[in-house]
Amino acid sequence: MGSTSEFSRRDLIKRAAAAGLLAMPAMGVLSACATGSDGDDKTPDAGKGGKPGGLRPLNVNGSTPLDVVIFDGGFGQQYAKDAEAEYKKAYPKADIKHTGTQDIAPQIQPRFNGGTPPDVIDNSGAKQMDLGTLVGLKQLTDLNALLDAPSLDDPKKKVRDTLRPGVVEMGKFDGEEVWVLYYAYTVYGVWYSRTNLAKLDAQYPETWDEMLKVCEKAKKKGIAGWTYAGQHPYYIPFSLYPFIAKIGGVEVMDRIDNLEPDAWKHPAVKAAFEAYYELYRKGYILQGTPGLDHIQSQTAWNQGKALFIPNGSWVENEAKRMTPPDFQMAVGAPSSLDRNDKLPFGTLWAAGGEPFIVPKNAKNPQGGMELLRIMLGRKSTQNFIKAVSSLTSLNGGTEGLTLPPGLASSQQALTKAGKNVVNPRLQDWYVTLQKEKIGKAALGEMMAGRLTPDEAIKKIQKFTDETRNDDSVKKYRHK
Amino acid sequence: MQHGKYRFIAGFLLIPLAVYGVFVISPFVQAIYYSFTNWSGLSSKFEVTGLRNYRRLWNDELFWKALGHNLLLLVLLPLVTLGLGLFFASMLNVGGRRRRNAPVAGVRGSSVYKIVYFFPQVLSIAIVALLFKFAYNPNSGALNSFLDAVGLPWRPEWLGDPDLALWCVMAVMVWSNVGFYVVLFSAGMSAIPKDFYEAALLDGASRFQTFFRITLPLLWDTVQTGWVYMGIMALDGFAVVQIMMDGPGPDYSTELLTYYLYTKAFNDGQAGYATALGVALLIVTLLFAGVVMKLGRRERLEF
Repeated sequence: MGSTSEFSRRDLIKRAAAAGLLAMPAMGVLSACATGSDGDDKTPDAGKGGKPGGLRPLNVNGSTPLDVVIFDGGFGQQYAKDAEAEYKKAYPKADIKHTGTQDIAPQIQPRFNGGTPPDVIDNSGAKQMDLGTLVGLKQLTDLNALLDAPSLDDPKKKVRDTLRPGVVEMGKFDGEEVWVLYYAYTVYGVWYSRTNLAKLDAQYPETWDEMLKVCEKAKKKGIAGWTYAGQHPYYIPFSLYPFIAKIGGVEVMDRIDNLEPDAWKHPAVKAAFEAYYELYRKGYILQGTPGLDHIQSQTAWNQGKALFIPNGSWVENEAKRMTPPDFQMAVGAPSSLDRNDKLPFGTLWAAGGEPFIVPKNAKNPQGGMELLRIMLGRKSTQNFIKAVSSLTSLNGGTEGLTLPPGLASSQQALTKAGKNVVNPRLQDWYVTLQKEKIGKAALGEMMAGRLTPDEAIKKIQKFTDETRNDDSVKKYRHK
Repeated sequence: MQHGKYRFIAGFLLIPLAVYGVFVISPFVQAIYYSFTNWSGLSSKFEVTGLRNYRRLWNDELFWKALGHNLLLLVLLPLVTLGLGLFFASMLNVGGRRRRNAPVAGVRGSSVYKIVYFFPQVLSIAIVALLFKFAYNPNSGALNSFLDAVGLPWRPEWLGDPDLALWCVMAVMVWSNVGFYVVLFSAGMSAIPKDFYEAALLDGASRFQTFFRITLPLLWDTVQTGWVYMGIMALDGFAVVQIMMDGPGPDYSTELLTYYLYTKAFNDGQAGYATALGVALLIVTLLFAGVVMKLGRRERLEF
């Protein structure tokens, strides 16, 4: 084969390759975004002029379409579709566009940027948009209008007064505006199977010494004490943080949330870390746990390979298909380390989950808030509880329902905790610090035995200091 | 004849060039511009902050770590993938026993192997990554079950071990790409005239010599193209890391530039900084392209 043309075939391939080399990574990662126009600072007139107690307290224009985006994760999206059907009943002329996705940020962020965000978003999951950033950029609607509207079931009561304690506060960032409505109510803790504990003649251990004994007993039978989502070690804090708060008092976790210097050097932190490290040292962690993701670890736990797993109340729904019918799922509060613990046994982490937001530049923010008002009604709440076995932020809704075991246990745990409900905010305020740095680079390493508690604490404090000094991260404080 | 030639060519190229300009060049320019701003990616409001993003980049430990991983992939991934590809292709085409009437032939059943090797290429990378994620499950995955079955006491945590995670990712990338190069190189080898081999064999050349003296030099352009494409894979690697690790891995052991960029743009709301990372990636890519083209320049063999 001779080369007769000015451009030989191979030259062409070579050049095409070079051009492709230039174009490909760039096309993939750079070109996707371009700043659009997200409109002027228009303020939606939510609530203004709404007849209190009227049928349509939020001034909803019934013929405006409603654009809803739901995180299709542990809770699925059917509960939202059911609420949308209720909305449709109230506003028959409204067209409802429903999107269910796990890719919240990649799908929704460009819409914010282009000035055409949806009317209401369940901003949840691993790819959630950073709430602090959205608030800082004034992209959200203040939900006080919704909170001051009469509730669906009792027009004499405001929505605000029907919610569980702490839910409204969680939605605030700096000022009095409430930017986020957490719809689900999550109980975090040590999850276990009553059946599997009973097989060992054991009960949920109320002290750490008993915890170690139960684990030892299990080990003798070839069962691991603990497992956790090794690829997502930020599940460990679900039981570790309330443990720290229980040992040293709520202030310890507050100081940690406030990113204070030396906050992690508190003796309570060290005590809690050492207790957890002992689980590793004594071989009570399920073999291979550091390489498991959340589903794989839950499955191993469902199969009875491990007794305990730090998790949140969504696990009952998420693991539904893998859970044996006689599993008797239950949640335990962190065991007491010793008698000097500042807070009693029962101290628990419970907080709102599924952060719903209404974008400021939405076409129909009133409609978005109205949908949330409908969801916070008794009917939708009961539907949610029944469908996904999790509580909602509406205080109640469980009356007359037969709760599945995990949910019933959550309810009992909340009752037992009483006032001693703690709510560490690190995972809402500093997502990267919590998930990647503290979670993957420190706690996960410690539980895998690659860092000692002292090294882990030192590393976490360094991460905390870096975040505190990083002026590209917006800071928050407990009041 | 020459008159108006360029105008003629330009006329034909007008539309493709315009498309290229709008969809390739303009995003480049925009991205470079955004890298000098504090754009969040969540709103169209931002300020120009000059070189601030780049200064931050320079002092960002994580950036250097991610870059290190990318460079490691860049060196090893093409080497291993193309090496294996060449080895398999030559076994399939010229590695077999000599048969009558044919100076060279592949090993027995080579046409079946060719199809088998190509299988991974048919699967989408998402499926491949997911399959391997299950295989790497340290508690009940295929790999550790195999180790168990053959009685080895070694039970690695695979993706959960910072010393192994990146190698696990690399293995998946090699596995999913080798087949394509086997087929590509096979096609290239079948174009090499058989009499070259015949002559070499008559002169008493060994297999080893024929491979390095005949096959490889005549295949060089194809190898070079493959090298460039594998380089692109190595500088990307996003999909595999995203699906298998769902993040930067234990202790940032599988953090790659593309994933770090994604984190900054979509988790932390720092699109300006993310585009600066993108520009850094572009520079690395350009340097790589330059080096490959320079090193690969050889006198072309016509046959």
